Amino acid sequence: MAARAAALKAEDHPEEFMSGARLILKALEDQGVEVVFGYPGGAVLPIYDELFKQNRIRHILVRHEQAAVHAAEGYARSTGKVGCVLVTSGPGATNAVTGLTDALMDSTPIVCLTGQVPTHLIGNDAFQEADTIGITRPCTKHNYLVRDAEQLARVIHEAFHVARTGRPGPVVVDIPKDVSMGQGRYAPPLQSASAHKTYRPRTAPDPRAIREAVALMARAKRPVFYTGGGVINSGARAVAALRELLALTGFPITSTLMGLGAYPADQDQWLGMVGMHGTFEANLAMHGCDLMIAVGARFDDRVTGNLALFSPGSRKIHIDIDPSSINKNVVVDVPVVADCGEALEALVAAWKAETAPRPGLAAWWRQVAEWRGRDCLHYEQKGPVIKPQHAIQRLFEIAKDRDPFICTEVGQHQMWAAQFCGFTRANRWITSGGLGTMGFGLPAAIGAQIAHPDALVIDIAGEASALMNIQELSTAVQHKAAVKLFIINNQYMGMVRQWQEMLHGARYAHSYTEALPDFVKLAEAFGCAGLRVSDPARLDGTIREMLEIPGPVVCEVAVDPAENCFPMIPSGKAHNEMILSAQDAAAKRITGEGLALV
Amino acid sequence: MGETRMAKFEEAPHSIYEGMVPVARLKDGHVYRHVISLLVDNEAGVLARVSGMISGRGYNIESLTVAEIDRDRQLSRINIATSGTRQVIEQVKAQLGRLVPVHEVRDLTDEGPCVARELALVKVACVGESRAEALKCCEIFRASVVDSTPQSFVFEVIGDTAKVDAFIDLMRPLGLVEVSRTGIAAIARGAAGFLKDSN
Ligand SMILES: Cc1ncc(C[n+]2csc(CCOP(=O)(O)OP(=O)(O)O)c2C)c(N)n1
Ligand SMILES: [Mg+2]
Repeated sequence: MAARAAALKAEDHPEEFMSGARLILKALEDQGVEVVFGYPGGAVLPIYDELFKQNRIRHILVRHEQAAVHAAEGYARSTGKVGCVLVTSGPGATNAVTGLTDALMDSTPIVCLTGQVPTHLIGNDAFQEADTIGITRPCTKHNYLVRDAEQLARVIHEAFHVARTGRPGPVVVDIPKDVSMGQGRYAPPLQSASAHKTYRPRTAPDPRAIREAVALMARAKRPVFYTGGGVINSGARAVAALRELLALTGFPITSTLMGLGAYPADQDQWLGMVGMHGTFEANLAMHGCDLMIAVGARFDDRVTGNLALFSPGSRKIHIDIDPSSINKNVVVDVPVVADCGEALEALVAAWKAETAPRPGLAAWWRQVAEWRGRDCLHYEQKGPVIKPQHAIQRLFEIAKDRDPFICTEVGQHQMWAAQFCGFTRANRWITSGGLGTMGFGLPAAIGAQIAHPDALVIDIAGEASALMNIQELSTAVQHKAAVKLFIINNQYMGMVRQWQEMLHGARYAHSYTEALPDFVKLAEAFGCAGLRVSDPARLDGTIREMLEIPGPVVCEVAVDPAENCFPMIPSGKAHNEMILSAQDAAAKRITGEGLALV
Repeated sequence: MGETRMAKFEEAPHSIYEGMVPVARLKDGHVYRHVISLLVDNEAGVLARVSGMISGRGYNIESLTVAEIDRDRQLSRINIATSGTRQVIEQVKAQLGRLVPVHEVRDLTDEGPCVARELALVKVACVGESRAEALKCCEIFRASVVDSTPQSFVFEVIGDTAKVDAFIDLMRPLGLVEVSRTGIAAIARGAAGFLKDSN
């Protein structure tokens, strides 16, 4: 009805009206969108037609809609901008669901435009109809069905606002074909963050909370910072404020998988990653601290281990922009609902003003040094087989001067990459944390490469994960995205095999990756360069060769198939019950409730 | 855990500052029943957002009602009766607050005294002595007869959940055949109102 009313008016005032598809493109332009990752289909043809007529927005054709979202995530996480996706109705939208869920779990700002069947067919099981709004409701931060071209521009602007602000996340805008073909008037972007009638995330910390936090910090004898992806999401100001606060306080710091790079790994105060495969010193510092300062981290189960035994003797400060993250898993003493950057800046100022005498931290640092002395990431590279840790360590060592973006798939290689790549800058580490999505890394790397055409972008992959979105090599070739796919081939779904070894009596049910392709030939079939190495003596040379080839490269590294990832906090255990090595694993069998956990 | 307790408003948190819930309160392992009211934009799918979030996260909902309360401003009110530990109740509120079309989340149980009412239509098939007995109960509960045949009554009873439960229990031996309940509508006592300050 409304659409018809608008169409009538459009005849009277043609100058004010434009097609829905044109409105969409104009709204994207005004949102500063430079790249859209997408895949066409019937329901989005009018939008593609409009894309065809313009040059300002670049369209990157992927080979699967899941990859479109992951590529947009790689773009977003390497730039701090909103990633934009365009897919068709039905299968296009359902294929995007894994990516959307991934973005939701890792708080990545995405706007995904989905085509929909014309409004009069909605609900009729029309060809390529899916209830996209219903399906994506639980896997988006918010979603919209636009029933009238007149609303298109306003809704798209709002979608970007919601995706970008507060705790970022994916937003779907579902656009029926008659709406993109209809006529409507343009509306400019929202003028201010408080312009929205209901959605107004709080960013400024309560000064009383900051005072209380600093009072606790000044008294702490065994403090530790525990930071997460929220610091990276908050942006450069948060990263700078974090580094300043660390310099001022001299406290040790650990971070979640998602937070790596916010604080430089080459600093003395850095303890390494926390959690299931975190370092001995980080986990024991979390367990033994008397004050935990959580910043943009959400006390995820991979981090806390057994909640009942988690950091029993500490007071806890928790800074998070999402009130629902606070007191969700762990009850904290000082909640600070705020943007990490604003809160950290307030803490810096308050810390400088705080004059109370502070206890020395020498004893605490002595304790940390003792834990560090265990050298928990130690492995031995000897004999004729390449150790996976060695491959990753050498890769990072050789590549690090080029300030690389490192993406990963999911599995042991991901954890080793987190352990052995010493990031010194934010937004350089792009991995699927919350959802643990195999197949994430290659498209994410392509997205990061599109955003940074001259940068070195590497996807550290497992051979099983690499096959989950391997078709994207075609995308990389078409769009000249010179990503390096560095496959750690252990011939197993290594992480699955490790759990089977430790929890299921070494019965390796279906975790052996049989019938693997010849990755070199596969690369060549796609038009990429392919390399393979299995001799430790040739590893460095092969890595250098990979980095020197200008286009996309697949480099397969045959590694020890039996290697396991340590340290490991077995499910159901506390931080101080870490397994440090294979010998240790035999001594600490996982039993009881731990078996049922993931 | 143990049995569900009715939370009393005197137990409301004395906030040190906004958003601060005392640790002791969050660590209280008892289960309490809370009434939460939301003011939401009356847009398509808003109920699905609320109910989907609640079921997806496994919260326990005893009653959920929704109706438009301001046509001009397109506002609806959703009343939710839920039970959980204090920590879970705080989560429920925080998660509801995160939904984009939600204007306001009010914990009526925590904020002060409130009234909560529901209406039930109760059908009793009875003849002879049971009819007189049913009518007597109806009078005691200030219910009303909204339909009557020689073999049956339909009573309308209004009250808090406990009263409605009690009435239905009394009807059971008298020939209860059907019940239809609205779920609760709730509102805080006193002059303050949340329509005034929300825009
Ligand atoms: C889409 C998806 N399916 C299944 C899993 C479960 N899973 C986690 S790690 C893993 C094995 C990954 O194997 P590979 O890519 O070879 O990495 P490795 O652990 O051997 O380094 C599997 C199957 C997952 N994370 N994602
Ligand atoms: Mg593998």
